[in-house]
Amino acid sequence: MLKVNNLCLSYEGIETVKNVSFEIKKESITSIIGPNGCGKSTIFKALSKSKRLDSGDIWLQSKSISKIDSKALARRMSILPQSPIAPDDFTTRDLIGYGRYPHLNWTGKLHKKDYEIIDWAITETKLEKLQHRKIITLSGGERQRAWIAMALAQQPDILLLDEPTTFLDICHQFELLELIKRLNQQIGLTIVMVLHDINQAARYSDKIIVIKDGQKYKEGKPYEIVTKSVLEDVFNIEVKVFEDNENGCPYFIPIKNKAVNNEYVEKLLRECS
Amino acid sequence: MVANKPSPEALNQKHKQKIAIIGGLGLLMLAVFIASVSMGAYHIPIKEVLKAILIDKDGLNRNIIWKIRLPRTLVAATTGICLSLSGGILQGVMKNPLASPNIIGVSSGAGLAATITLVLLPKYAYLLTPMAFLGAFATTLIIYILSWKDGVNPLRMILSGIAISSFVGAIINTILIFFPDRVHNTLGFTIGSLSAKTWIHFHLMWPYAMIGVIMALLMSKKINILMLGDEIAASLGLKVEGVRMILIGISSVLAASAVSVVGMLGFVGLIVPHMMRIIIGSDYRYLFPASALFGACLVMGCDTVARTIIQPAELPVGIIMSILGAPFFLYLLRGGMMNRVKGK
Repeated sequence: MLKVNNLCLSYEGIETVKNVSFEIKKESITSIIGPNGCGKSTIFKALSKSKRLDSGDIWLQSKSISKIDSKALARRMSILPQSPIAPDDFTTRDLIGYGRYPHLNWTGKLHKKDYEIIDWAITETKLEKLQHRKIITLSGGERQRAWIAMALAQQPDILLLDEPTTFLDICHQFELLELIKRLNQQIGLTIVMVLHDINQAARYSDKIIVIKDGQKYKEGKPYEIVTKSVLEDVFNIEVKVFEDNENGCPYFIPIKNKAVNNEYVEKLLRECS
Repeated sequence: MVANKPSPEALNQKHKQKIAIIGGLGLLMLAVFIASVSMGAYHIPIKEVLKAILIDKDGLNRNIIWKIRLPRTLVAATTGICLSLSGGILQGVMKNPLASPNIIGVSSGAGLAATITLVLLPKYAYLLTPMAFLGAFATTLIIYILSWKDGVNPLRMILSGIAISSFVGAIINTILIFFPDRVHNTLGFTIGSLSAKTWIHFHLMWPYAMIGVIMALLMSKKINILMLGDEIAASLGLKVEGVRMILIGISSVLAASAVSVVGMLGFVGLIVPHMMRIIIGSDYRYLFPASALFGACLVMGCDTVARTIIQPAELPVGIIMSILGAPFFLYLLRGGMMNRVKGK
């Protein structure tokens, strides 16, 4: 459904994304993982058309997104950045209402159908009791749900999330990923998310794409990615991989940082003393 | 807040409440307008004011009102509308509460053009307004181009604006130092003054004001979306760069038309949108009309005070604006913050 072909992007003259290609299947969950600064967020910017491509192209179904009108694109694809902001006095419901923007005509007036969709988005994200509260009074997890509700009100086919669980405690991280999974299963929403927690990516994704130094290192099913060799190579850590029988996915624990060589440290200490 | 189902009545009530505030501001504007026309060195009772405007064809009252007070009050009102909308737009676009028409170089540019005209080319003093307008607009353009780098970053624009304004300020001061005898020519302009404003000035301003008001109202929903951040705005299908450019353009035309006529009154553009935000919230669909109406009230009111407080002389409106406006603004700001804390 979403296809990225030989994407090259640069930031202030420095090439940050080199020749990245991947394809996202309809109604699947894909996670993008990689070290900090590997170019994940830049790819997201290109997907929302807020970054000029150096070369390559991005296809949504059978059309290049550069040829799709911004509003029409917004009706099919929604992108949530890392930590979105809202004016202090906007209520949850106000915010979710803005998700209808790409569907409105120039008068910007909401109709009965729009209100029904807003209600639906609120119910899906269980924000009924919080809908008239101001956004700034919500907790981190609630706020993240409000943004997802706004994205849902856009009625997209595909939802892209940039590190949706960062800044949340473990309980809310879990709650959010369960919500994303439910939306994927119940309404067939295609999900692409950047995650830092590889165990979460392994558990919730159909496919994982690994980006390193602006290039695609590997893509595949969780079992193909969460392996000793891939993680050691990409993240420079020694790991031990286990099988999570409960959820039917692999998981790992880090053992030590390979970058810090013990002998090297000892040598340094000797030299200092 | 208890209701699970969104009650359309509750939402409607919120809407009605805000419309009522805007209506109230409209009435306030009308009252200030009449008071401003009625008061002055020669007091004309309100009944006579209405008679002079609507019925009289000739006579002393008619002449004073029609030839002196009406155009001046209209210029004051238009100035208030233009500067408040301009400031409101910029605060939204830059997502920075300190943004005001000064930031995009409108004031400094107009100031430089005015100084050059009044001090270096006094023969062409009659060209003051168009020159100031050009100066204001050109400076905005320079700042915009300087801060362009793969799109305009609001923070870079603010910083470029401050740098350019200070640079232009230095040029103005240099000119003034070389021509100390002509400094007083520019004083009215640098402080902001409405004295001796006539129909000519009003006719120079109103077309811009009208276009600005209409455009601002049409763009209000887009500014709301811009306030959600560039990334969300793009995800919602807004062409962020294009909208930002149009808005900065509207804002600079609005501010330039006001500043070129009355001088540096940029302060209005800073405080009025904030005052209204405290009262009516940050939804631009309500904030714009409220700011425009209140901006008009404030400038007309301050000018009335400026004209009457030390009769028969008068003070430049800019002084009154800062002396009355600043404490009132601070009062609202404190009150607003208290309420926000309590309201939670």
